[in-house]
Amino acid sequence: MADLRSNLAGIESPNPFWLASAPPTNSGYQVQRAFEAGWGGAVWKTLGEPIINTTSRFAAVSFNGQRVAGFNNIELITDRPLHVNLKEIYETKKRFPDHAIIASLMVEPKREKWHDIVKRVEDVGVDGLELNFGCPHGMAERGMGAASGQQPDLVEAQTMWVKEVAETPVIVKLTPNITDITVTARAAVRGGADAVSMINTINSLAGVDIDTWNTIPHVAGKGAHGGYCGPAVKPIALNMVAECARNPDVHVPISGIGGISNWKDTVEFLLMGATNVQVATAAMHHGFSIVEDMIDGLNSYLDEKGISSVREIVGKSVEKYSDWGNLDLNYRVVARINNDVCINCNKCHISCEDASHQCIERLIDANGEPYLQVREEDCVGCNLCSIVCPVDGAIDMVELPYEKPPMTWNERQMAISRLTNQS
Amino acid sequence: MGTKKSAFISLTELARNFQEVKAGLTPAEARDESNRCLYCYDAPCIQACPTGINIPSFIKKIASGNLKGSARTIMEANPVGASCSRVCPTEELCEGACVLNHSTKPIRIGDLQRYATDWAIKNEQSLFKPGEKNGRRVAIIGSGPAGLSAGRELARLGYEVTIFEAKDKAGGLNTYGIVSFRLPQEVPLWEVKQVEQLGVEMITNVRVGADIEAHEITENFDAVVLAIGMGKVPMLGIEGEDLAGVHDAIEFVEATKTADLKEGLVGKRVAVIGAGNTAIDAATCSVRLGAANVKILYRRTQEEMTAYDFEYDFAKQDGVEFRWLTAPKRIIGDEKGNVKQLECWRMELGEPGADGRRRPMPVEGSEFILEVDAVVKAIGQTRHLDVIEAFGLEHHRGIVKVNLETCQTSNPKIYAAGDVIFGDGHGEAMVVTAAQQGKDTAYAIHKQLTKAGIESA
Repeated sequence: MADLRSNLAGIESPNPFWLASAPPTNSGYQVQRAFEAGWGGAVWKTLGEPIINTTSRFAAVSFNGQRVAGFNNIELITDRPLHVNLKEIYETKKRFPDHAIIASLMVEPKREKWHDIVKRVEDVGVDGLELNFGCPHGMAERGMGAASGQQPDLVEAQTMWVKEVAETPVIVKLTPNITDITVTARAAVRGGADAVSMINTINSLAGVDIDTWNTIPHVAGKGAHGGYCGPAVKPIALNMVAECARNPDVHVPISGIGGISNWKDTVEFLLMGATNVQVATAAMHHGFSIVEDMIDGLNSYLDEKGISSVREIVGKSVEKYSDWGNLDLNYRVVARINNDVCINCNKCHISCEDASHQCIERLIDANGEPYLQVREEDCVGCNLCSIVCPVDGAIDMVELPYEKPPMTWNERQMAISRLTNQS
Repeated sequence: MGTKKSAFISLTELARNFQEVKAGLTPAEARDESNRCLYCYDAPCIQACPTGINIPSFIKKIASGNLKGSARTIMEANPVGASCSRVCPTEELCEGACVLNHSTKPIRIGDLQRYATDWAIKNEQSLFKPGEKNGRRVAIIGSGPAGLSAGRELARLGYEVTIFEAKDKAGGLNTYGIVSFRLPQEVPLWEVKQVEQLGVEMITNVRVGADIEAHEITENFDAVVLAIGMGKVPMLGIEGEDLAGVHDAIEFVEATKTADLKEGLVGKRVAVIGAGNTAIDAATCSVRLGAANVKILYRRTQEEMTAYDFEYDFAKQDGVEFRWLTAPKRIIGDEKGNVKQLECWRMELGEPGADGRRRPMPVEGSEFILEVDAVVKAIGQTRHLDVIEAFGLEHHRGIVKVNLETCQTSNPKIYAAGDVIFGDGHGEAMVVTAAQQGKDTAYAIHKQLTKAGIESA
């Protein structure tokens, strides 16, 4: 059994699996159920001035019959009075002293408002604070959430105000609805953030009903953009985590959020620099019990790799993530088809033919049986065939021996400029 | 067996036993199954379909929610595609060719085809339009799968088509010859309606030679398609064949589709002679008519049986018993002329005959008696020799000779398709093959008549 205990900027939890600030953490009842199921921590649904929600609120994107490939919501922060939430936080913390409870906060960008709420939540015993600078809908129109999270100076100032009074670690939750997340991440760090978490949801419209022409979801025939999350956003989130992790100016721990549904997703985020992960959509889709396999699977993975603590894998892939200019232009892979595994669906052929470099040939063997073969000299190693292939092991991407020594684009440009300067 | 049967056979409500056995896919099942299709390029399932239905395309259309397009893709290639979704031996055709046989399990192509065509039937879709009239007239004799398919394609090519049908309703084998619990009659009748909607004139209750003369047809049309299929079951040529309780399997099945179901077989013992598709149909019909015991007697072995494996399994599940290497010697009646017993021979397989199959020979002194109340003969089908000869066509034992390229018979104005040309090692007696032959014949006629038009111009 590996050690799954996690420590994000001083916030300890029995495992790295937290529930993100979202509908599953709306009440003490829910958070306590989650802790019973095994979740290591929970970021309480954002506290602030109670709001009025609309119905309906959620919509999801199905892909080829698979439900909740992506999830969209227009629900706002907590709709319950602050004192009720505080009472339940207190009770929950008392029942589960070893589990992490983090209060997500959102108030107007005013110093005294931040001071006031920080003191009140810390009084009931939270382990940390998460500043919600990310909510993209509703609250943004009131100058909060993403509206303040999109302005680096506001991020920095508000973080600073919080840090003036906070006694527990401060996590700044970032919005992905910007051009370069490292800009706001650095602003948070300048403001004194102890950690950053990302990503909040992405501006989205889940769909349009092609019969009624209404938006999905709609409220009395009208729609507004929501926030997108769920499995479909994972690659976007993973990139943002990685960009922050490899940026020396963002030298604080990262809590990874965005489409994490299982232990494998978790391992990817940890390898790419997240210290722990936060989950919402998967729990909304399947209930709290999914954490059981997340814990079990992560444990088995670490045991199989002979790694004693989950903390040891954090950031192990960060150095492998770089800029395109640092990629080796002379490295070559080509596709090779294993005809004994291939089922002859010809999907690799047609994808290469129509969308890549026309180098997978349909041939007939001596027995008159069809088979597929890659013309390796024309294969550019794009991976498309192996991506569309429905059978594991039917197409291998094989490394070729170097014909020229490794050279990146940046090295090449540097060499050219050296030659130009010499001449 | 009694308990097993009572689970699904009602002895008081026979009609219930004849309702379609297999449920259609639910929308959720269709969604899941259609999304499982790989959408192969140059898919082997298309090659394996005698009518060349673009199967990945129609399945993709189910997945995308374009059910009308899906039904059109199916029916475009196969004018009897709704019936075929139920009666095709799919595991030997499309599903047998599915590449997923090599990795997981094949796509349920037949069930998906049924899902799309059921949708079209239920929503009363009209899928095709007639072509611009070209002034030429074609007569088709027989409205079964071959005739219907030829008619559909000819109408789309602009021909004025008249189909002559001897029976009361059009559709041929699909309407009359396949048991209702596998193919409800409304399915082929919808296919007939689809063809009628193209302006094809369907004249039923007309027999060539009785109600209209062959030469009248030949003289009044630019081309004639002979698609008359096959006829009754031949005589066994044994004693007792005229006793009450001896049935022709074709008529026996037809009776369950055309008249009120009779309770005469309830609790009775039935012997079915033969082990082809019709024998299975007759046996399973007998079970559903309440028979207490149904045996299929076949003079060869399971190896040589022409019924498909799925038909065999179906019959076994119905509790039908199979007696291999058993042939009838004579049927014995009681004093009132009713079947009482069947005397049988044990058989053994000798040297291969002309057809390459080992010839069954009776074992000397092996006679034994089966107590039966009814005998159903299902040993093949005779040919409509009278019609073939009325048109003066060359044939070999009722199998009309055709030029396989031009689909023309010995009379170049007369074409033939379907079971009427099946036999002597040529073709397959499948509905789907007949449909393709019908299409091919239509194109062949169009080619000939346009060529003639160009030449005479």
